Amino acid sequence: MRILSLAGRRLAASIPTLFLILIGVFLLLQLAPGDTVDALMAQMGGGDAATAEALRKFYGLDLSVPAQLGNYLWHLVRLDLGFSSIYGKPVATVILERLPPTILLMTASLSFAFFFGLVFGVIASRGVNRWPDTLISTFGLIFYATPSFWFGLMAIVVFSVYLQWLPPGGFEDIGTVQTGIWRVLDIAAHLVLPTLTLGLIFLAIYLRIMRASMLEVLNLDFVRTARAKGLDETHVITRHVLRNALLPMVTLIGLQAGTMLGGSVVVESVFSLPGLGRLAYESVVQRDLNTLLGIVFVSALLVISVNFVVDLLYARLDPRIAAES
Amino acid sequence: MEAMKRYFRSPAAVIGLILLLLVIAMAVSAGFLYPRDPLALAGRPLIWPFSNPRFLLGTDNSGRDIAAQIFYGARISLLIGGVATVIAILIGILVGAFAGYYGGWVDNVLMRITEAFQTLPNFVLLLVLVAVFGSTLTTVTIAVGVVSWPAPARLTRAEFLSLRNREFVQAGKTLGMKDVQLILGEILPNALPPVIVYASVVMAVAILLESALAFLRLSDPNVASWGNLIGLGRDVLRVQWYVSAIPGIAILVTVLAVSLVGQGLNDALNPRLKSR
Repeated sequence: MRILSLAGRRLAASIPTLFLILIGVFLLLQLAPGDTVDALMAQMGGGDAATAEALRKFYGLDLSVPAQLGNYLWHLVRLDLGFSSIYGKPVATVILERLPPTILLMTASLSFAFFFGLVFGVIASRGVNRWPDTLISTFGLIFYATPSFWFGLMAIVVFSVYLQWLPPGGFEDIGTVQTGIWRVLDIAAHLVLPTLTLGLIFLAIYLRIMRASMLEVLNLDFVRTARAKGLDETHVITRHVLRNALLPMVTLIGLQAGTMLGGSVVVESVFSLPGLGRLAYESVVQRDLNTLLGIVFVSALLVISVNFVVDLLYARLDPRIAAES
Repeated sequence: MEAMKRYFRSPAAVIGLILLLLVIAMAVSAGFLYPRDPLALAGRPLIWPFSNPRFLLGTDNSGRDIAAQIFYGARISLLIGGVATVIAILIGILVGAFAGYYGGWVDNVLMRITEAFQTLPNFVLLLVLVAVFGSTLTTVTIAVGVVSWPAPARLTRAEFLSLRNREFVQAGKTLGMKDVQLILGEILPNALPPVIVYASVVMAVAILLESALAFLRLSDPNVASWGNLIGLGRDVLRVQWYVSAIPGIAILVTVLAVSLVGQGLNDALNPRLKSR
């Protein structure tokens, strides 16, 4: 219970941050050339000035900037993100449609990066400065320097064009209607390459942090005690070292949530996945500023919720945190 | 001196330095080796690498020399990476120094703003900035710098927090030095080394951010940039995959070089942490 209230307090503290972001980006977008009505008129194939005037009045764009901002925030409290003139739907609907692929992709990439980062980090720390460590650390450095979109393209060339093992893009096969388990398998096959592409750089980061954190914990007194009382090495590592070494890894999930969401913009474009990231890109190209602002709001919300979960996990892993408050 | 010796004792750091010097040499020599405009038509389109001695790395979909674009691209990547890093570090130092030195409500306000920047995915913010201010070389560079400052700010703040109550700062206060003198003249020089080392991380990320933006065709289309070329090569990926492959290797090598040099510097300056 105490854990929950602690994390809840952190969550409450992030509300002002959320408003700061929204107000900042809203004011920033006022500087953008063209507004919703311009986009709408272009969509309709032009129109006279009187129509534009009427439309501006309808959307409340004839008001002063502070009044518009107030309007926007008031609508937002009721979860109304405005209307997207490009898609002809409420922004909230557009975003909700695009959310599942992104969340699926992020969860898969995070699990992949976390699991293999942990395993390789442990292996590297067990053979520190010997060949397994050197090999893993070198690969880590190379993965860290690889641009994700380039890796994605090369993976398409190898696995989709030459070997023809995996589909080159899309979320599912739209040629055939599938149901149940076959649909799940189909989506999974489509997500293999995007997951690897997005997860690669995080794998590099996680294995580096895991290695460093293992090395640090291995030197602590309680590990020596555990060994001295005759525990075998596997037991020492899994029961005593790992749990403590995991703390920085968990912190990192929270810190990297935003970076991962940003990375999905590029990865979703490479694999033409209909996700939030691709929507962000499309709304920039099509100047759909209402949708862009909505995406800003939703991505900040996503990052904040990831951090909330991380807080809970963290307190679960380290009981001292809950005890301190 | 001691630090330099330590630097050159690490093979990874030396390899990084050699690679970095190579990229810089490419950027410098681009003008002599390829005096013509790298974006001008040079020959038949889509010549494979190593098949025509005139175009060592082949030509892209519109018949432009890939090697020339790689050399000029080194200039753009280093320029954008370098300038964006300077912008990010300067903003970071300014924010971090004020927050760490004054504490209290100044710290509160500045850290809230930093948090806001960290909560918003930096690539999404980059998209917003490009949507608002357009995508010329200058705006893209500034935008990349503006989204990269929070981490250096936090680092500077932490350094300032640990330094502001030290004896030499108190001595300065007793001597009647002004806040600005204390911040710039006394604390900053001591807080700077870790921030400078961190600049290598900022630069690596800045180069990756710009190339991703260029790949999406949201960066300046009128300069020879590696990301632009990868985006262009995507149209012919199925057969002529080399158009995308070659500039990607250039980005990889540059980012690798910058991170290796940064890590080498870090190990050389903090020898006690080297075992990690």
